[in-house]
Amino acid sequence: MLDTLRTLLLTFLHGFHRRATVQYPEQQPYLPPRYRGRIILSRDPDGGERCVACNLCAVACPVDCISLQKTERDGRWYPDYFRINFSRCIFCGFCEEACPTYAIQLTPDFEMGEYARPNLVYEKEDLLISGTGKYPGYSFHHVAGVPIPGKDRGASEHERAPIDLHSLLP
Amino acid sequence: MTPLPLAPIVLTPLVVLALATVLTWVERRLLGLWQDRYGPNRVGPGGMFQAVADGIKLLFKQDWVPPFADRGVFVLAPAIGMMTVLLSFAVIPLAAGGIAGGLNVGLLFILAMMGLGVYAVVLAGWASDSKYALLGGMRAAAQMISYEVFMALSLLGVVMVAGSFSLRDIVAAQSGLWFIIPQGLGFVVFLLAGIAETHRLPFDLPEGENELGAGFHTEYSGMKFGMFFIAEYAGIVLVSALATTLYLGGGNGLLLPAPVWFALKTGVIVAFFILLRAGLPRPRYDQLMGLGWKVLLPLSLLNVLATGTVMMLRAS
Repeated sequence: MLDTLRTLLLTFLHGFHRRATVQYPEQQPYLPPRYRGRIILSRDPDGGERCVACNLCAVACPVDCISLQKTERDGRWYPDYFRINFSRCIFCGFCEEACPTYAIQLTPDFEMGEYARPNLVYEKEDLLISGTGKYPGYSFHHVAGVPIPGKDRGASEHERAPIDLHSLLP
Repeated sequence: MTPLPLAPIVLTPLVVLALATVLTWVERRLLGLWQDRYGPNRVGPGGMFQAVADGIKLLFKQDWVPPFADRGVFVLAPAIGMMTVLLSFAVIPLAAGGIAGGLNVGLLFILAMMGLGVYAVVLAGWASDSKYALLGGMRAAAQMISYEVFMALSLLGVVMVAGSFSLRDIVAAQSGLWFIIPQGLGFVVFLLAGIAETHRLPFDLPEGENELGAGFHTEYSGMKFGMFFIAEYAGIVLVSALATTLYLGGGNGLLLPAPVWFALKTGVIVAFFILLRAGLPRPRYDQLMGLGWKVLLPLSLLNVLATGTVMMLRAS
């Protein structure tokens, strides 16, 4: 009997508490910087695409929502097309972890509502952003040993020139 | 033969229906307030038109009668529920007497209407021909019939003190002291019985959505469901208005005009009903019946006995 009345009193007093609801469209929720939302493809500091179409993200993806095709241009690898089906994506971030070039990144944005399901399939032009994302100043081709036009083997940062085996012969 | 009070006859049902509709919104907002959230606050100022939006939605829903249901009774049940509640309002002295506020058997009329109201729930449960609806209807029958006993007995004290079944006379008899003071026990019993009678939480076992789907109105859709819904809320207003009339002195009060006092007191009791819903869990079925027959029945009989004794001592 008394506990029932106490329950009622406590419930009534809750009328003077702060409400827990976040009035979402007007009041934006706080999203931490490492929030895993909409996926983007970032660019080099030079403005070139970072993605080298290695397919590691597509392999790492547990729901197979990434689909891409390699092509070669000016001696470098690029994705011919790069497609993410966001109606399948579970925003696990495995693609970002797998990416050797920091090209694919997750952003703190989840407002991707669509009326038609096909609109959730994002093409490369939808995914590419103009900046470098979370890793400013990082350029894969400047630190990796792979040769590209204008940069020979051994010309990367922190890389010594390859040893000429013939010079080691006795 | 006095001329028919046409304006109240037309206005009362409209006002009651409008009140019941708005009450659905008020309840959701108050529940939100007491549960640290907002409730519907998008449609119109403060979400006020939510009830209208719900009404439009219900009107446009498919009005489906299941093929296995007993069609005639199925259609009749919500109408009975609605009608009995609306008829009860005829004798409530809402403002200046209401339609038939002076009816010399007013209180008996309301009890009779509440008794008939049981049919709505029982017939709905029976005609649906579905196990959940039947279980709900069965529970409703037992619960409402047993709680009607204590309700009538708890009201007996008021009738004894006022010496009349007419609600207008009962209000007049409270001009000095509200009956909640001498009849406090009766008030508590009446309120509990009123909750059970309108099958509101925590005594909403006939509906019991966690165990019975939606109980007696499981098979109802569209505006037939809407009628049960509105009848339930009109029932809350009815019980609150009745409690105001019988125990809180009706429209009696200082400074403000009678209708304002009546609305204020009724509103407080309605809010209390909603607070009960916000705070309390549903009891088990045997607990509900046990509370009725083992606690409330003796209490209401005791109330009648004490009232009678005091009246006899006063008279001698």
